[in-house]
Amino acid sequence: MDAKTENQRGWLYVLPVVVLVACNAVIPLMAVVNYSVQETFGNNVFFFEGVKWFQQVLHSERFHAALLRQLAFTGIILVIEVPLGVAIALAMPRRGPWVSVCLVLMALPLLIPWNVVGAMWNIFALPDIGMLGRLLNGLGLNYNYTQQPFSAWATLIAMDVWHWTSLVVLLAYAGLSSIPDAYYQAAKIDGASSWAVFRYIQLPKMKRVLTIAVLLRFMDSFNIYTEPFVLTGGGPGNSTTLLSIDLVKIALGQFDLGPAAAMSIIYFLIILALSWIFYTVMTRGEGQS
Amino acid sequence: MARITLQELRHSYLAHPQSEQDWALKRLDIEWTDGGAYALLGPSGCGKTTLLNIISGLVRPTEGRVLFDDVDLTNVPTDRRHIAQVFQFPVVYDTMSVYDNLAFPLRNRRVPEAEVRATVLEIAHMLDLQDMLRMRAARLTADGKQKISLGRGLVRADVNAIMFDEPLTVIDPHLKWQLRSKLKELHQRIARTMIYVTHDQTEALTFADKVVVMHDGMVVQIGTPIELFERPRHTFVGHFIGSPGMNVLPCTVEDDKAMLGGQPVAVQNPAKAALDGRRLELGVRPEFVAFAAAGLPVAVVKVSDAGRYRIVETRHGTDRINLLVDPDVAVPGEGAHLRFDPAYTRLYADGWLVE
Amino acid sequence: MRRALPTLYILFLMLPIYWLVTMSFKPTTEILGSFTLWPQAFTLENYAKIFTDPTWYNGYVNSLIYVVINTVISVVVALPAAYAFSRYRFLGDKHLFFWLLTNRMAPAAVFALPFFELYSAVGLFDTHIAVALAHCLFNIPLAVWILEGFMSSVPKQLDETAYLDGYSFWRFFLRIFVPTIAAGIGVAAFFCFMFSWVELLLAKTLTSVAAKPIAATMTRTASSSGYELGLLAAAGTLTFIPGAVVIYFVRNYIAKGFALGRV
Repeated sequence: MDAKTENQRGWLYVLPVVVLVACNAVIPLMAVVNYSVQETFGNNVFFFEGVKWFQQVLHSERFHAALLRQLAFTGIILVIEVPLGVAIALAMPRRGPWVSVCLVLMALPLLIPWNVVGAMWNIFALPDIGMLGRLLNGLGLNYNYTQQPFSAWATLIAMDVWHWTSLVVLLAYAGLSSIPDAYYQAAKIDGASSWAVFRYIQLPKMKRVLTIAVLLRFMDSFNIYTEPFVLTGGGPGNSTTLLSIDLVKIALGQFDLGPAAAMSIIYFLIILALSWIFYTVMTRGEGQS
Repeated sequence: MARITLQELRHSYLAHPQSEQDWALKRLDIEWTDGGAYALLGPSGCGKTTLLNIISGLVRPTEGRVLFDDVDLTNVPTDRRHIAQVFQFPVVYDTMSVYDNLAFPLRNRRVPEAEVRATVLEIAHMLDLQDMLRMRAARLTADGKQKISLGRGLVRADVNAIMFDEPLTVIDPHLKWQLRSKLKELHQRIARTMIYVTHDQTEALTFADKVVVMHDGMVVQIGTPIELFERPRHTFVGHFIGSPGMNVLPCTVEDDKAMLGGQPVAVQNPAKAALDGRRLELGVRPEFVAFAAAGLPVAVVKVSDAGRYRIVETRHGTDRINLLVDPDVAVPGEGAHLRFDPAYTRLYADGWLVE
Repeated sequence: MRRALPTLYILFLMLPIYWLVTMSFKPTTEILGSFTLWPQAFTLENYAKIFTDPTWYNGYVNSLIYVVINTVISVVVALPAAYAFSRYRFLGDKHLFFWLLTNRMAPAAVFALPFFELYSAVGLFDTHIAVALAHCLFNIPLAVWILEGFMSSVPKQLDETAYLDGYSFWRFFLRIFVPTIAAGIGVAAFFCFMFSWVELLLAKTLTSVAAKPIAATMTRTASSSGYELGLLAAAGTLTFIPGAVVIYFVRNYIAKGFALGRV
């Protein structure tokens, strides 16, 4: 890749992108930073408050609880979606008419507006008139996601698995289709077991796309707002109030701009830091080759 | 170690082959003796790789049987045939070291680690890989990777045959020669059956004791490099092997004599009148054509210098005839005549040598 | 046996969809009154309402307008940028690329309020273009990323040959290069369309009446009049259609899309 030429004209071509993204990212971010260090009593009168809001947020039990719930949620869905997605991709046919059918059906959840996903699961899981709710209660389970935190969490996770596992499948499948047949033939000749084929051929070749999949799922699950908001509204109580939901509650519900802005910044920094750690860990050792 | 026999083999990639063209392989009977060095030579798409994959068991033939020492293995999977194969593009296990790559086939077969170590070191030494054993296989160059693929075949004591599927395609030209002589040396040392698929006649002729020439799903000739050169059984062999290839000239037969341009031409094989109705051709290599005082009248079209000899292109009517002449022989201008060496001039009917 | 897992998974995917679709064909009394696995009193009333009430069908039109505008803007500005990233080295290129990607991580919730203020200040509040521009925040980085991957797989010799043949940069770019990476453009457009179509938080924050997306119309229905479930289901079912159409067209590319994008 060192065939790239030194050419400052590159800046000319990236300029429109930089301008558009900067307007959308830098200006609002400056506004957020601005709010985060000020106090207001209405009427557009602001006072400089330094790091007060940051200290308040960092010491707030409410923030800790939301962050903990967020980490638990992201952790659980990653642990389920990534192995499940890989397993499904491995079991899919490599060629033939069914490939297209499978891919189209699997991609469908990805293209449904997020609040429709929430609404659909809301209806689907309703204990009295929903198919899932009826089924679970019919099996003798006591299931009601509007009242029991555990049911709410289970529904939330089932919904996210339903919504996003396909992304992992599509990426893993793309990684698998890039493996030449000769590798499988060589493995057969070498007497490799199917586990060895997975461990030494498929997994290394999928590593790059899996890195992308894990990063995307991590970032998006950390940012999730609409689906849980529509499904449970953060309830029952605060049991499914994830970071974004809490943030919007504070910012738009209570109009506490300062703390909300401080929380936004902390939130953003956490995502950046964790993404960076993920990225570094997953690509470790690739640099030399 | 085994003798490999292919009986009445046919293969089609279609579920229901209709016409003759649907068959990738059209009826083959070949016997590969144990310990031979074979080359499978033919242009792209002639069925070489299909044939190779049938022997290794990666492809199951539509019809026919594959025998190893008279035992029918047609339906036996690859890993129980004890075959090793080196592919066109190097296949190495990227995440493993060179050592682990070489040890992989043995470990899969649960060979004790001490034995693995001894064998790997021995093979690594044979392939000049001993200094790189600790390196990640992904970091080797293409020829190093091909050596690893070959080494994975060599470490196994039970290998019946080693197959090469155009293994030098991605190797730099100056390393090709090295690797090729390495192969030849290895063959003499370990005396295993080796089957080498290629479309490059130099590779085939230098590597193999016996060359199997394929064309359009058929084996057209099996023979030593000398036989292929001196006695092609098919016009395809004549013009595919040799540079320039054999002259193939449409002719007729009258009174048991081959006639070219109204003149009788002496041929090595019998020219029977019974051949009427078939497409008849004369085949003679440029090496066996010479200028003469009398004979076939031709016009000289072009002379090109190829170093130790010159290639002269001549025309008789619409037929082009090439011949090789020494640098010190003068090329006549007007009124040139050619003479064909009767020992190496043969009659072909519908492409096949008349016998 | 091997096929069991994908089959079960697809079944799992289809169940909630099936439930929503059947519900859209049921009258409210059946939805609330009895539990039925398929519509007993089949009705098209819910769909009829959506197609006759402008507050409903305008929602679709609004959504499609800003999604299409966003997709066009994202891909058009991303093309030259991705070209620069794949072909040139320039001051700060790596940092710039990384900075672009970090915007893909920005939580929409963080930006909702400042966006509202920004677009109100410049007088774009409640316009299609506002939503389209806001969605550029995450779609442009994505488009640059995907296109850069596709472009890097095109050998540089193509460019050099064209310049030797006397093509100017833009003529080469538009007449030769863009057609060469048509597949990549399709994939990038697909992902832009997808992420703009499914996003709601920003779209809802930046609109009130004139450019209100269909998804926002639905949230109002869901919360304010909980009994109109059939209508909600019908509206939801209709939101599948643009996605399904788009998937169908790119079905052969989606599997390859991200594989060619580089981290």
